[in-house]
Amino acid sequence: MSQVQAAPVPAAAPARGVTEVLRGVDIVKRFGAVTALNGISLHLNKGEMLGILGDNGAGKSTMIKILTGYQAPTSGTLAINGQQVALKSVDHARALGIECVYQDLALVPSLSIYHNMFLNREPLRGGPLRLLDNGAMRRRAQEALEDIGVNIPNVNEEVAMLSGGQRQAVAIARAVYSKAKILLLDEPLAAMGARESGLILDLIDRLKKRGDLSLIMIAHNYAQTLEVCDRIMMFQHGEVTFERAAAETSVPELLDVVKQNYKVIRGAH
Amino acid sequence: MSAHIQKPAQADAGAKPRPNIGTRSLRGFLRVREASILVVAILLIIYFESSNSNFLTRANLQTLSQFISAPVIIACGEIMLLICGEIDLSAGMVFALAPFIMYFAHNAGIPLIVAFFLALIGCGAIGLFNGFVSVKLRVPSFVTTLGTMFLINGFTLTISAGFPVDTPTNGLFTFLMGNSGFQEIIWAVVIVLVMHGALRNTRWGLHTISVGGNLIGSAESGINVTRIKMGNFALTGALAGLAGILEASRIGSTDPLAGGSPMMFLAVAAAVIGGTSLMGGTGTIIGGLFGGLVLGVLQDGFTIDGINAFTFNIIIGAAILIAMVFNIHFARLRTRGRF
Ligand SMILES: Nc1ncnc2c1ncn2[C@@H]1O[C@H](COP(=O)(O)OP(=O)(O)O)[C@@H](O)[C@H]1O
Ligand SMILES: [Mg+2]
Repeated sequence: MSQVQAAPVPAAAPARGVTEVLRGVDIVKRFGAVTALNGISLHLNKGEMLGILGDNGAGKSTMIKILTGYQAPTSGTLAINGQQVALKSVDHARALGIECVYQDLALVPSLSIYHNMFLNREPLRGGPLRLLDNGAMRRRAQEALEDIGVNIPNVNEEVAMLSGGQRQAVAIARAVYSKAKILLLDEPLAAMGARESGLILDLIDRLKKRGDLSLIMIAHNYAQTLEVCDRIMMFQHGEVTFERAAAETSVPELLDVVKQNYKVIRGAH
Repeated sequence: MSAHIQKPAQADAGAKPRPNIGTRSLRGFLRVREASILVVAILLIIYFESSNSNFLTRANLQTLSQFISAPVIIACGEIMLLICGEIDLSAGMVFALAPFIMYFAHNAGIPLIVAFFLALIGCGAIGLFNGFVSVKLRVPSFVTTLGTMFLINGFTLTISAGFPVDTPTNGLFTFLMGNSGFQEIIWAVVIVLVMHGALRNTRWGLHTISVGGNLIGSAESGINVTRIKMGNFALTGALAGLAGILEASRIGSTDPLAGGSPMMFLAVAAAVIGGTSLMGGTGTIIGGLFGGLVLGVLQDGFTIDGINAFTFNIIIGAAILIAMVFNIHFARLRTRGRF
């Protein structure tokens, strides 16, 4: 079966003509006695869309939080654009072009939509007082949401008033309309109906066509993931148990992988 | 079939029939969350003025303004803390300590203005300590500041040996601090306006709301939640110290028993009555001023009407409960998000 897991991932050896934007090697993350990530290696190429599948508790969100600088790995190394880095903070990762839609969305219910869209990167009016430029935030938030096409009546509305799908749209718009080069989406479609999911997938498609944006998307819907992603990874119990180009695998094969214990898969070759 | 009745989703907004202009402006007014508490304050003033003609006299307004100034200044800090999900129970004791720091520093030969700033820095440092224990050592701030409340009180009583001293004076400094009638309320109003602007129009204010509204989400967005919380503890300490020095300067005496927990509770009550929730994530500084005004008018009005302090406490207690019920259950009815 798959040999991907067995072979140690070389520190930096992307295929010719392909620019690698992200590489993690042997990432381990422990929370006390819990090992969330047990030596995960992954990479992402420029313009590529990587889909990560796996059960609840497999370590997917933890991996994402390490890539955003929100959590530091227990061990392992990260390279961004070929440069090895230890991400010091979320701002540090952001400065390197990494943006994220967290699974919990990281929205503040008591703040307006436009304040949420610019949280921690608020445009300021000039001058010594460094006041918030609320007008610019309102205008740009409105434009961003209109561009996606998701129906959100008024950017002055508190996020507390929005439906789950609308909240996800706000979180996605926030990440997309920053100057992200690497976009991480942790279950971005979880609370969305068919119409909203369609709009977001359209948006992702448009972004992909731009060519300079690379994405990692965590999802639950296998068919949908196979359709939109270029490559698929499966996480199980903090390890990568399967990795393949989306065109070379299928839903039945993925289901088969899930059914078997990762140890069986590893021992099979 | 039904295609012609189905409006495109986006066309819905604004399609509701508009109510007449009177209803709309009334609604618009009440949507500003501070408005309802201001209305209460004005109704109370009208009531006391009609029941007792001594209410709106210059002398009484001066008494009233002096009563509310200190709690309102402290409330500005408490509101920031409440919004980011914390509280400072020690502020009333810092209030009493601050003028003593100034007094002893001045006695040691330090110019009064410098001693004043030393006292503010000292009080800010106490706030930072409260913040450190609450945020870094993860002791709930209610407990942390309950501890420092006793600690600071004991410290003040010890260094003063329990006796009041004369507040040091010097022409310019005393003028700025204001030993005249309305100067303390001018300080309070200026601080309220500055803090109100800061809460609504600066990153610091926005991040304070954000940290209280979603702590993890704020951290995930890269906000330094420790810095925001500790900063607001320091701010509250410094404001409590300033209020203590203003009061000691006006009275001319620095009393170890000044302020204390009644002062702190008055400040928290002003915050809560003004519309700041204890659950974090929302709050208003101007509301704190109006909340302080309501408390002051009640206290002062009942005093000149000859109603005793026991009744006053009953009224304040009821006011806090009513304000909280109103906040929790009626605030949702208003259209929100107007910042
Ligand atoms: N902050 C944390 N503290 C302790 N355990 C955690 C923490 N975050 C995640 N975990 C644990 O790590 C494992 C992986 O979680 P997570 O990455 O959220 O999984 P997934 O996103 O794949 O569902 C789970 O067992 C979870 O309980
Ligand atoms: Mg997850």
